[in-house]
Amino acid sequence: MTLSSLPDVAQAQAPGLPRRAGLGLKSEHFQQVLATLPDIGFFEVHAENYMVAGGPFHHYLGLIREHYALSLHGVGLSIGGEGPLDHAHLARLAALVERYQPHSFSEHLAWSSHGPVFLNDLLPLAYDDATLKRVCEHIDQVQSTLKRRMLLENPSTYLLFQHSSLDETDFISEVIQRTGCGLLLDVNNVYVSCINHQQDPLAYLNALPLHSVGEIHLAGFAEDADSLGDRLLIDDHGAPVDNAVWQLYQQALQRTGPVATLIERDNDVPAFSVLHAEARQADQHLLAAAVHP
Amino acid sequence: MNRHEQFAQALLTPGLPCPDGLFSRNGADPASRFAVYRNNVHSSLINALADSYPVTQQLVGEHFFRAMAGLYIQAYPPISPLLHDYGSDLADFIKGFAPAADVPYVADVARLERLRISAYHAIDTPVANPHAVVNQLQQLSSLGNVRLQLHPCVATLRSDYAVVALWAAHQTTDPVARLDPWHGQSALVLRNGLEVEVFCIDSGCVTFINSLNNDWPLEMAMAYALDAASEFDLHQCLGLLINHRAITQIKVHP
Repeated sequence: MTLSSLPDVAQAQAPGLPRRAGLGLKSEHFQQVLATLPDIGFFEVHAENYMVAGGPFHHYLGLIREHYALSLHGVGLSIGGEGPLDHAHLARLAALVERYQPHSFSEHLAWSSHGPVFLNDLLPLAYDDATLKRVCEHIDQVQSTLKRRMLLENPSTYLLFQHSSLDETDFISEVIQRTGCGLLLDVNNVYVSCINHQQDPLAYLNALPLHSVGEIHLAGFAEDADSLGDRLLIDDHGAPVDNAVWQLYQQALQRTGPVATLIERDNDVPAFSVLHAEARQADQHLLAAAVHP
Repeated sequence: MNRHEQFAQALLTPGLPCPDGLFSRNGADPASRFAVYRNNVHSSLINALADSYPVTQQLVGEHFFRAMAGLYIQAYPPISPLLHDYGSDLADFIKGFAPAADVPYVADVARLERLRISAYHAIDTPVANPHAVVNQLQQLSSLGNVRLQLHPCVATLRSDYAVVALWAAHQTTDPVARLDPWHGQSALVLRNGLEVEVFCIDSGCVTFINSLNNDWPLEMAMAYALDAASEFDLHQCLGLLINHRAITQIKVHP
């Protein structure tokens, strides 16, 4: 497959994030980023961290936004939740979008709240007609409130539901077709889920609607074992990107062409230079994908 | 019970079995995989509390803190996705937590750490230039109709324990001379520009600042402060507020 056979790719991205590598913005790196203005394609922030009245977070993000493209990534909207979306939370998101004019807004195919309780994890969904209808309604609501297309991230999961009637890739394809949202392709999540569920990562990748990819996430995982002693990978964002994920990323880029790519690191955050080196590695793959589609 | 209800309850309650209807493609016991989610929920929330209360954790030790935080989470799971607010009443929980009864000052240190977080994220409001404040105050003929508006980040804390000294001792890696926690101290917490600052203040200064925050005129605030502590030093307390940019406005009502 060549880039020219995928005419939708450019459309899916414009006017989104630059087709470069980006980094998650960590508060411990605010001052260094502003002082050195490193050559980074974009920064991504977790929306919930900036839902504060004032202080250093807004001060630094405002200054950094003047120099860089921004991706706003939600981790608390609970799009797959059984109840209605939290209106107050959606209003806070809209205010952040208005204030910082990000190049992209993304959220997860998962649930994290039930009733009043927020569980602070991206929890798995049963893929059936009822979930499909609910997720699509919630995405419609997000897109109409924020007045923009959002990207939906494929999940990493550790369990499957007996009453799922659709494959995850079919479910995601259907959501994207019905709502017009884009795909945030988390290549680490693809790898983690496929190892955990004994699937072929490349087959999973090929079954996704790759023409809708607006951003890619790369991250590291942790290794555990289940009751049979089989490999159980945990998406912990606490390690460098694994070699297997880099390889899968290159295979994804062959299908999507260059796409804005985030190096995600939320735990055991190393020095900025270490993250920058990983971003440069992603940039090299993006360059190769542009030159040799 | 609907699916998410059962899933959520099993996540929050370690003794409950894994929910129905789950499986692993390799045939592994789903409970061994459900445990990943349960661990994610508990460890991420405990880590969030540990990030908010670093000195509290140092005072009781990591093992004790994580066990206590785990019980807090089961009793009071978050009800908002804004985790910087989570655990804002942890000090009250610690105060009623029997195993922490031997270290009663820990709850007040937790209160101080919470005030620091609130100050850090407090709304941005322009502050008055310190020189302008001094000039304006010097030109006033009477203090009776003058009100000082403080920045919304400004907060005080009274404690029966040496709460500021305990907190300050954990801001340095240098060895600290043994400190006595068993005497009362009060704290002023504010954000000066982008930095949160903590000061040890006397009881009169606490009363003065709280009176200003309750919109009492300067003259009344002074009277209350002198009532609370006859040694109250207006110049010192006012100087602290002015120099650390805690005053947003001087309002004079004729």
